[in-house]
Amino acid sequence: MMEPSAYLLLSGILFGIGVVGVVARKNALIVLMSVEIMLNAVNVAFIAVGSYLGDVTGSIFAFMVMTVAAAEAAVGLAILIAIFRLKETIDITELSVLKW
Amino acid sequence: MVGEILDYLWLVPALPLLGVIVNSGIALFAERPLLLAEDARRPTDSPGDDHGHGHGASHAAPPYRKLVAVLGPAVVGASFVVSLLAVLALAARPPHERLFVQVLFPWVQAGTFSAPAAFQLDPLSSVMILVVTGVGFLIHVYSVGYMSHERAFARYFVYLNLFTFAMLLLVLGSNFLLMFVGWEGVGLCSYLLIGYWYEKKSAADAGKKAFVVNRVGDFGFLVAMFLIFWTFGSVEYTEVFARIPGLAASGVLTTGIATAITLLLFVGAVGKSAQIPLYVWLPDAMEGPTPVSALIHAATMVTAGVYMVARTNALYLLAPTSMMVVAVVGAATAIFSATIGITQNDIKRVLAYSTVSQLGYMFLACGVGAFTAGIFHLMTHAFFKALLFLGSGSVIHALAGEQDMRKMGSLKNHLPVTFVTMFIATLAISGIPGLSGFFSKDEILWKSFSSGHGHAGLWLVGTAAAGITAFYMFRLVFLTFFGNSRMDPEVEKHVHESPYSMTVPLMILAVLAVAGGWVGIPHVLGGHNYFEEWLAPVFAHGAAGAAHGEAHASAALEYLLMATSVGVALCGIGLAWYLYRVRPSKPKEIADRVPGLYGVVLNKYYVDEIYDVAIVRKIVNGSIWLWEAFDATFIDGIVNGVAALVQKAGDRARRVQTGVVGNYALSLLLGAVILVGFLIWP
Amino acid sequence: MEPVLFVIFGAISVGGAIMVVTRRHPLASALYLILTLFSVAALFALRQAHFLAAIQVIVYAGAVVVLFIFVIMLINVPENRLPMERLTGLRFLGVTVAGLLILESALVARRFVMPGTPDADSGSVEAVGRALFTDYLLAFELTSVLLLAAVIGAIALAKRKI
Repeated sequence: MMEPSAYLLLSGILFGIGVVGVVARKNALIVLMSVEIMLNAVNVAFIAVGSYLGDVTGSIFAFMVMTVAAAEAAVGLAILIAIFRLKETIDITELSVLKW
Repeated sequence: MVGEILDYLWLVPALPLLGVIVNSGIALFAERPLLLAEDARRPTDSPGDDHGHGHGASHAAPPYRKLVAVLGPAVVGASFVVSLLAVLALAARPPHERLFVQVLFPWVQAGTFSAPAAFQLDPLSSVMILVVTGVGFLIHVYSVGYMSHERAFARYFVYLNLFTFAMLLLVLGSNFLLMFVGWEGVGLCSYLLIGYWYEKKSAADAGKKAFVVNRVGDFGFLVAMFLIFWTFGSVEYTEVFARIPGLAASGVLTTGIATAITLLLFVGAVGKSAQIPLYVWLPDAMEGPTPVSALIHAATMVTAGVYMVARTNALYLLAPTSMMVVAVVGAATAIFSATIGITQNDIKRVLAYSTVSQLGYMFLACGVGAFTAGIFHLMTHAFFKALLFLGSGSVIHALAGEQDMRKMGSLKNHLPVTFVTMFIATLAISGIPGLSGFFSKDEILWKSFSSGHGHAGLWLVGTAAAGITAFYMFRLVFLTFFGNSRMDPEVEKHVHESPYSMTVPLMILAVLAVAGGWVGIPHVLGGHNYFEEWLAPVFAHGAAGAAHGEAHASAALEYLLMATSVGVALCGIGLAWYLYRVRPSKPKEIADRVPGLYGVVLNKYYVDEIYDVAIVRKIVNGSIWLWEAFDATFIDGIVNGVAALVQKAGDRARRVQTGVVGNYALSLLLGAVILVGFLIWP
Repeated sequence: MEPVLFVIFGAISVGGAIMVVTRRHPLASALYLILTLFSVAALFALRQAHFLAAIQVIVYAGAVVVLFIFVIMLINVPENRLPMERLTGLRFLGVTVAGLLILESALVARRFVMPGTPDADSGSVEAVGRALFTDYLLAFELTSVLLLAAVIGAIALAKRKI
């Protein structure tokens, strides 16, 4: 029988790596993938705690997160394609029209 | 019945206030539009020509003038009647119960500090309100005649009534704060009235000068008031004076604190009562209308300082150093300004310096612990000095604004009433036995010699000043009323005795100048000093000290000193007679023989110039420096710097908004980390 | 047995994730992402969440990553036109802060105390399916709406001309 904190720690590490990908990379595709890693990290925590508690809610939440992740990936990639068509780049630092 | 009259004490200041309200309504809504319309009709005329005796009279008098002419004096007269009844009611009480405090409403209340709007009637304030309303009423009546040619007639009476109100507040207030309000109120009215002819630059400047110099004194008064509250926990007279013995015994009220309080109060008194070194504003204040000089700058307001010192006599008696300072400043001022009075040619300036000198006498009296004598002289001086000013006003009125005594002479036939009344006042101020000035001045001189706080040197200075006073006053009379006419022929044709509204007050004041002293005839002359007895409850401490001193002196000595001072006065008169009647060319010869000394005295010892160089220039230069160096660079630098800083900061902050989503995510992350860190903090 | 498998799959998932974040070409990242997702699925199975493990493999590895790869191929950015990654101050700050976040999560994990008793059945297909179609029916139906919206949105965005 393992301590649940091991899963939580793993979840935190995965989430942190995902964060690094989001804030440190320029490539929009990798940023999106990093977001997927973050969502997965959260799922690990949900599943682990849910199973230790004997509660099915953890699985349900993870299920919902996956749905959202799928939707996010679909829409995010669609936006990416649109942007690439417009600007011929996937460098997010060049997409800086949000200022002023 | 007795209590009922005292319950109407509030009417004493309220009546002049009523006059202020009604008259200011008239001045604002009837007079001002009229004057503006008049000015608009003749734009080429310089308004400065209205000074003194302009053409306002040629127009038909507007109806409101009559109302003002009646109402202005009437409210003060009514106030006098109420005062008289109240004082009589107070006198009906046994001496130790002669203290009546009427609380109107709680005025200022903050923490332990409380100052009610309350009036206190005791023997001291009785004397003051009678003088203020009595002399004030006569001067109001006189003003009706004197100012009859003025265009801004209602405005004048607004100020005058306001002054009376403020002065009554000053003397009737039952605490230092209310006294201060009155103190500032009379200062304001003084400023307004000196600058009454504000189109004249010299008048406006004189008003400003009076105001600014008075501020110096007011600062002292304010600090003293704070110190009093700090020490006694109250500003109410009755409470403060009742706590003195207890606090002095417990060591809280040390001589040092008492000295500090009294010296600071004296700074206030010096400013208001025009003593060295702050006397410079009073001679310039003569730019105002003459009745104003009589009322404010001779009879009442300038004596406020003496009143304050007398009011706080219990504190002064705890501080021998302050007493000495008061006495020395008083004596020095008395002789200093008397010498200036000798050389002045402007009739009102002679009287102004005389006033400064006489105020010095009053402080001399207070400084030697003879508060009764000081207040006595205050009263008699109010009579004869008001009379002198009003008389000089009558002369000026008759000569169409001429104030230079070198252009007068032989007026005694033209202005008989003015001459007789002024002559009586001159005798009184010179200290001729039997007249009011003799009794009060002699009492001061006697106390300055005999009292425990006195000194022979003070007596000597006082006596010398008395001789000089007699000299310059008779010089004034001889130059004005005797000898050959030196008037402009054009002016001489129109010389006329003043109307009854002016001469009747003169006559009443002349009677008072003669008889006013009879309430305080000293014991050695077989009289009964009612005045001293009346004020005894207020000056319980002082009376004891003075009596203690007197025990050492003999009646014979008192006679001797009295004879000396009368002799000195007669010498002064004789000298004036010799120089200005027998050998009229002599004064010029003397002046030519010592041109340096004469020039110094004629120019008032160059005190104004010294102040100008030592203080005014420095302040002006300092202000210029503050403006050019400090304000323009430092203050503006701060302001502009803040603006530049904000601009710069905005420019920097703008760059935070990179538009790069990653950076926004980073700040989001940063916030999340900080938040989580905060939540899991042990 | 569980700790050993946990360490193995945990290490693989962390290593894969690091590779995803550090690869220069997105295609490599996508492949490492598959690795990570598979090991996470294994971890799910380890916690008896068999249903979720299956979904993870089918939806993530099978659909989402394939979509990624599809897009990478579609865009086909040449190697030399990939964004130049440089270590700037802000990036360094981001990595540091992410490290702090990991530290914080470690602290939280250390303090975590399990209050209940484990139930082996909580993650089974039956249990999840029962919960999904009873208590969470509305949420489940709403996810279908969400997915529909995502599909329409994706088409609308990616279309050249609507």
